Amino acid sequence: MEYISFILICIGILFNFFGCIGLMRLPDVYNRLQSATKCVTLGTCSILLGVLFHYGFVEAGVKAIIAIPLLFFGATVAAHALVKGAYIFGVKLGDKSVKDDYKDVPKS
Amino acid sequence: MRYIALFILAFIFWLLITMNISVANIIVGAVAALVTALIFGKHFIKDVIPFLQPQRYFWLIIYLIIFIWECIRANFDVAYRVLHPAMPIKPGIVKVKMSLKKNIAKTILANSITMTPGTISVDIIDDYIYVHWIYVSSEDPEKYSQKISGRFEKFIKKIFE
Repeated sequence: MEYISFILICIGILFNFFGCIGLMRLPDVYNRLQSATKCVTLGTCSILLGVLFHYGFVEAGVKAIIAIPLLFFGATVAAHALVKGAYIFGVKLGDKSVKDDYKDVPKS
Repeated sequence: MRYIALFILAFIFWLLITMNISVANIIVGAVAALVTALIFGKHFIKDVIPFLQPQRYFWLIIYLIIFIWECIRANFDVAYRVLHPAMPIKPGIVKVKMSLKKNIAKTILANSITMTPGTISVDIIDDYIYVHWIYVSSEDPEKYSQKISGRFEKFIKKIFE
């Protein structure tokens, strides 16, 4: 059990690290959000699962497993709000972008 | 009806996060759940009756397995793009048609799209989702609609509609 939780927490930290590298390397706000939402969410979920395996089904473990769906919904809704807000604010897509269907849509 | 459903959900949530079955704790939890249900009940899912059917939960479990698999793939995909020295990205915003009608189903589909490889949902207008895609691999709307939303749409339809 100890080893499983150790491995899960290590994987989580590794993915959080990849997410941070993505945040530094990718060109514009939209691509940076991609790495920020996906890698960081799964990394943190993995850490929480590691906590569950470490403590078992007692108070701390159950709290960790409840945090996972909350984190999922929080991250996705926050990503949507940030992307839409950035677009309406007028942040341009990066130089490498090939397509923009959202340009001629009336924004509310 | 939906006020009662929200009350039950909030109460179960309270019991799980406190993990304590004393009388005082249950009374406090019931009062807190009641206040929550009264304030936020009008924003809850419109008709909760379909959620009593067991086959929806069967599809929910299958959907969750597929979703977790896609989510793990998404992470390796993003990690690959980030660590590759040349950064193979070709971003763009594409318009994807969906056939779902209910608001809750649309929300879940948009959230699933955000968690899958290389896509973030930007906005929903009528029947279209605008999706920011990190690697636009084809120009054909049919093909990329299938690629982005086709995997989840049929399951979400079975679960929520």
